[in-house]
Amino acid sequence: MSTGQDLGPEIRKGSGTQADQIENRRIRRLLFGCAAITVLTTLAIFFVLLDNATSYFWSARFSEALFLGEPFEREVTFTEFFTGTRWAPDHATPSHGILPIVFGTVAITVGAAFVSIPIGTATAIYTSEYASPRVRRKLKPTLEILAGIPTIVYGYFAIAFINPVLLAPVAEWGFGINIGRYSMLAGMLVVGIMTIPMVSSISEDAMQAVPDELRNGAYALGATKYDVSTNVVLPASISGVFASYILAVSRAIGETMAVTLAAGFNANITANPFDEIMTMTAYMVSMARGTSAVGTVEYQSLFAVGLLLFVMTLSMNLLNDHLKRRFQEEY
Amino acid sequence: MSTDVRSELFDDIDLRWEHLKNRLFLGSIFVASMFGVVALALLLFDVATDFYVGITEFDIGLVDFLTRDGSRRPELAGFKGAIVASVFLMLLTAFLSFFIGVGSAIYLEEYAPDTRLTRLIEANLANLAGVPSIVYGLLALAALRNGVGLGPILLVGAIALALLVMPIIIVSSQEAIRAVPDGVRDGSYATGATKWQTIRRVVLPAALPGIFTGTILALARAIGETAPLLMVGALFVNRTPGAPGLGVVGAPLSRFSGMPTQIYAWAAEPSQHFIHLAAVGIVVLLAIMLSMNAVAVSLRNRYETEV
Repeated sequence: MSTGQDLGPEIRKGSGTQADQIENRRIRRLLFGCAAITVLTTLAIFFVLLDNATSYFWSARFSEALFLGEPFEREVTFTEFFTGTRWAPDHATPSHGILPIVFGTVAITVGAAFVSIPIGTATAIYTSEYASPRVRRKLKPTLEILAGIPTIVYGYFAIAFINPVLLAPVAEWGFGINIGRYSMLAGMLVVGIMTIPMVSSISEDAMQAVPDELRNGAYALGATKYDVSTNVVLPASISGVFASYILAVSRAIGETMAVTLAAGFNANITANPFDEIMTMTAYMVSMARGTSAVGTVEYQSLFAVGLLLFVMTLSMNLLNDHLKRRFQEEY
Repeated sequence: MSTDVRSELFDDIDLRWEHLKNRLFLGSIFVASMFGVVALALLLFDVATDFYVGITEFDIGLVDFLTRDGSRRPELAGFKGAIVASVFLMLLTAFLSFFIGVGSAIYLEEYAPDTRLTRLIEANLANLAGVPSIVYGLLALAALRNGVGLGPILLVGAIALALLVMPIIIVSSQEAIRAVPDGVRDGSYATGATKWQTIRRVVLPAALPGIFTGTILALARAIGETAPLLMVGALFVNRTPGAPGLGVVGAPLSRFSGMPTQIYAWAAEPSQHFIHLAAVGIVVLLAIMLSMNAVAVSLRNRYETEV
């Protein structure tokens, strides 16, 4: 794409002998095959999730019904799935309402956003507009370490520190609540902390991309640094900043190990931040732990939940992609 | 007249408010910036103290920890099986993702025409990078473990991780290839080299340090991934990978629990001894990850100024 635009067509193809030309063509096809694998991966994900998820709602997988003629009868209705308020597909008296674990995911995501968005944006403004080069050189790599730490370590941090050391005394002295091993608030905090670097580094890139002429123009009108940061730079970089928010939210939705260890395995809808809850991903981990066999309702539910999770993050990613392209085009 | 204006200017309440507002704003965003730093310090401090307490109070001997296999009994549990499994996972993941990833990057940068298909591949790459890692685990579970019938073996985990890090390797390789100046390519064409000869002998050698840097960083991320391995069925194993009779060759075909999944299994146990085992495991995992990062950074620094 980048090369040889100004060369003649015969040179671009390679000026060698016919054998060379054939070799070139073969290599080109081989390399295209490599690139096609990424598209095949997406298709495979889509197919596998959709195909297995159908077996949760009907009695057979879509492909089984199509090729093997398995009976395809309704077992779980979408109404029950999307509006039921009890999630226990594997119980003796099963109940298929996914709302409690969707609530868990959304609650963790919103709580995490309340941590990472203000802090990440403030960090971006500080590093982009205020910090001296010396401070920036230290602050950026430090936050990058935060981004590189495995999520299981954050989960450990929640279960070994945030819940027992940080939150338990607060809950006990402040509210008289005895919290258990897990709490929703710990999940919010820990996912918030781990998404700070995503917000701060992408927002900072967007702010750095704002041309200095805009800043200087504002200064010439007598604006202070505060005015320039909040009324010039932030609005000018807003689509990039929003893109970082969407990315952070998308990561929070799909986050698994930290929320599993921090927030627990109890699917309920609650307003008490010290309660144990379960996210969609935590449910998937709990099912995977008890080696569920193919064909069981636990196995099928994995894919129904996985498909919903995939659709949620995919729409976030598409939105993020759209915003990012907008902010890149602006300058 | 002019002195009047000046004194008015200095006593301007609005101006003083502006100064105060500026100072308050700077103070609050500085405090916010420090939040991440403090959180990181707390996290590392917590792991370090739990590591220390584990070694002193719970008598976890480092040598035993590193040379023993997993066990249900905390005082006998070791990390060796998990470390070996993670090393095999890394090698296999690197092997599976490197050539395909670099090949894709070469195609996209050097060959791909600016068509809808190319744009679709590029957009798809961005989306794949945002797919939750647990979904890659589901893909491997349904397609390989139960579809092909491979079982919960290390190879299945490695394929899931390879698909997971592929977008990262492709994007960083694309950047490395793009950074090779066009003049170098034109010089090669001028000597009569074909397109592939130019790419193989001129562009790739120049881009290789960047490609390696990106690959090592991607693998450092893969080594800490837990969720896909859990979905594939890696949870508790008390043996070092390697099928009986086959030895090292059988490792990809044996059941496994990598470092992060072993840490999860320990952290999910209620007993304090297991929590401290997890802390010691985390120290080992972080040490390996940080040294991979250090290798990547030094590689980048050494070759950055060439070309």
